[in-house]
Amino acid sequence: MKNIFATRSGIIGVGAFIGVMAALLQFWGNPGNMGICVACFVRDITGALGLHRASVVQYVRPEIIGLVIGSLAAALVFKEFRPRGGSAPIVRFVLGAFAMIGALVFLGCPWRAMLRLAGGDGNAIFGLLGLVAGIWIGTRFLKAGYNLGRTRVYSTTAGWVMPALAAGLFLLLLIFPRTEGQEQSGVLFYSLKGPGAMNAPIAVSLIIGLIIGFLAQRSRFCTMGAFRDLILFKQVHLFSGVVALIVFAFTTNLIVKQFHPGFAGQPVAHVLHLWNALGMVLAGLAFALAGGCPGRQLFLSGEGDTDAGIFVVGMVAGAAFAHNFGLASSPAGIGPHGMAAVVIGLIVCGAIGFTMKQK
Amino acid sequence: METVDARGLSCPQPVLMTVDALKKTSADRMLVLVDTAASKENVSRAVSSNGWTVADITPEGETYRIEIHKG
Repeated sequence: MKNIFATRSGIIGVGAFIGVMAALLQFWGNPGNMGICVACFVRDITGALGLHRASVVQYVRPEIIGLVIGSLAAALVFKEFRPRGGSAPIVRFVLGAFAMIGALVFLGCPWRAMLRLAGGDGNAIFGLLGLVAGIWIGTRFLKAGYNLGRTRVYSTTAGWVMPALAAGLFLLLLIFPRTEGQEQSGVLFYSLKGPGAMNAPIAVSLIIGLIIGFLAQRSRFCTMGAFRDLILFKQVHLFSGVVALIVFAFTTNLIVKQFHPGFAGQPVAHVLHLWNALGMVLAGLAFALAGGCPGRQLFLSGEGDTDAGIFVVGMVAGAAFAHNFGLASSPAGIGPHGMAAVVIGLIVCGAIGFTMKQK
Repeated sequence: METVDARGLSCPQPVLMTVDALKKTSADRMLVLVDTAASKENVSRAVSSNGWTVADITPEGETYRIEIHKG
């Protein structure tokens, strides 16, 4: 059967859908220019579980759960569910952690960088420039033979671990719902103010996440791959998807009056251009070395790729370190140890890029 | 037949290996082995944009056998 979502119009359609839905999710209650941000939302889940205690970013985001389960559904329907793993898992964990730390210095994953741009946040330009620079460095390593090694086939159970974790999180959200004025509900933490306190209705978030997960699994939508393939192969296939995302998010923002151009005072953003860029250099490099943006890692987790699952778990650990160690930025600027973390991250990712070569 | 075995490798490796092999080979037929649908699509796309044609794709267990020829 031909996969229509893997055609040019397919990937453009998926990018457009994500753009429109992200802008609407923001309209329906999600934080500013953060309709869907994979890094921020994984960070919020980390906070909801009490693995970091930054009180303004604690919420089990149903979108993330939807992205994994939606991808699982598509993989099962189209017989692409393939439990696999064993391609340098610990390295992928480290890449996930530093990708998250870099993203939290900028304040957003590539999806959010594009959504910030589409909402008029000029600081996103520096983030995107950094992202492209980081991916470019990654492509140099790839050309020089960088490789994390082959995966092997795993038993079915292994492939179900990440979808089961996602389903378990959703169950927790249902059992321990937000209680007005309370920071804690059972085992979960909630934000009383800040971005963690802003959310679209649970059902809306989950359903949109499910649909995006399903479509993105079919189309292989990836914001890192978009720039990587453009640089490595001069191929615009995935790139046309991210352009569609930006254009459609921008248009939707104009229609619902969410477009506010400028640099200062943008939602959940800071104006330190150098660190906006360098944070994303680190994130972009880590994504390129791991073979996918955070969204793509979630979709791969859903179709049984346990290495992508390890990357996601690494992102959770990275989020915890980022907030516990003062590495993450805030609208006031970068964290006290943000600079050190970016430098260490670049050194570690550089070492991985230089040394990991396998036939 | 000259074979590129990219099974177990994730993108962009299968594409890099295939394009590399296309540039080096003197043969006009080649076989590429991959094991995910995404790699199958990416390799097919890269083959076409390098002036080769996908002649046939046969699934065989966990593997997709992609037969390609020049022109």
